[in-house]
Amino acid sequence: MRAIVIHLNGSRTPQVPVTQTQSCCLMAAGLECVRDDRVLFSDLAFRLEPGQALLLEGRNGSGKTSLLRILCGIRYPDAGTVSWNGSDIQRLGADYYQHTAYVGHRDGNKLDLTAQENLAMARALGRPGKVMPPAALEKVDLYGYEDVLTRNLSAGQQRRLALARLLVTDATLWILDEPFTSLDVHGIRIVEELLEAHTQAGGMLAVTSHHAVNLDRTTVQRINLSA
Amino acid sequence: MKCDSLTRAFTLLIRRDLILAMRHRAEMANPLLFFILVTSLFPLGIGANPNLLQAVGPGIIWVAALLAALLSLDSVFRSDFEDGTLEQYLLSSHPVSVLVLAKVLAHWLITGLPLLLVSPLLGVLLDLPAAGIKVLFVTLLLGTPVLSLIGSVCVALTVGLRKGGMILSLLVLPLYVPLLIFASSAVDTAAAGLPVTAHLSLIAALLVLALSLSPFATAAALRVSLS
Repeated sequence: MRAIVIHLNGSRTPQVPVTQTQSCCLMAAGLECVRDDRVLFSDLAFRLEPGQALLLEGRNGSGKTSLLRILCGIRYPDAGTVSWNGSDIQRLGADYYQHTAYVGHRDGNKLDLTAQENLAMARALGRPGKVMPPAALEKVDLYGYEDVLTRNLSAGQQRRLALARLLVTDATLWILDEPFTSLDVHGIRIVEELLEAHTQAGGMLAVTSHHAVNLDRTTVQRINLSA
Repeated sequence: MKCDSLTRAFTLLIRRDLILAMRHRAEMANPLLFFILVTSLFPLGIGANPNLLQAVGPGIIWVAALLAALLSLDSVFRSDFEDGTLEQYLLSSHPVSVLVLAKVLAHWLITGLPLLLVSPLLGVLLDLPAAGIKVLFVTLLLGTPVLSLIGSVCVALTVGLRKGGMILSLLVLPLYVPLLIFASSAVDTAAAGLPVTAHLSLIAALLVLALSLSPFATAAALRVSLS
């Protein structure tokens, strides 16, 4: 299906057909990750399109976080490529990061800044979205905590503040590492609704979770890394 | 528009670091106090002989400034690394080198500028002549940003290590030596009443070199440290 274009210098570059470049997609091919001489996964391939969610499952140490970090471009895969709209993410660099938002194991909040200051910084670092920090806080049920130092929030509230970062930038692909850690039942429901709303609006998700994730209205692709 | 948002991220990052420093005033005062204490202990230790003090004064002030800078270096990226905000910079849609430059500039404002401001007083304490004090001020003005810029590369390389302090000093001190030699000999030369244009030009050249190259090196080193 792929057209091969031969350049003047003789190198052959595979080009993705035009129809594919129109709709954005995240594609992985032949991914391999080796850690301490152990192969965590190899020859992993998937294709994620708007409105879809990728759910990574597997036991502790099976490489879920490593895979997410590869998708972010923080970690280099030992083999294979990750491409966004047909271009390698390592080559896209900042152009790729305009479309992504990442919440990792560590919350990424500054404990000595207020909730609102943290969100303002996050908004400036990415491509600013339409939602302003106070509105984002309201959506994760932190209304009234705008001027509270993050240090004084509970663990679950800090986690929700980290997830509020997703709302203040205009990112298509959300990459989330254990988003439900330390959230209570109510918090989990709020976050699930946010995730669902994101995919309904044409966004993409890549999520690891130990909890069962209820995304009823979304096409979910599951990859089990322990299998 | 793109340029506009980059400027915004740059200024917001500097403001954020200054706010954090204000909320940790004790940490901020530490290098300055060290600088003043070390320099003022020397006259007590080696005796108040004006000729002797004038001979060793420039060297003492510069060595103290260098060690004070080393003391404060680890804080450039350490806390950001630990709470996960460093990952957010790398995944920002802005060039990492520009964000790094903002961090280094903030670090200089917090630790380098106070040293610069008290240095004339310490010059008087060591009985340097007026011409020497003036040149001491200029060398510190040109030299302390170099300390922060070169230091940031080495900190970025060691931030992923659990006990990076030792390696950091070994890495960074040899790189500081040329600056130390030019700067203290500039003050000596000025105190002897000779022209110092050549010395100052060399230090300025070091500053230009560090300013233009180190942000890229730091950005690359951070990528290596986090992958």
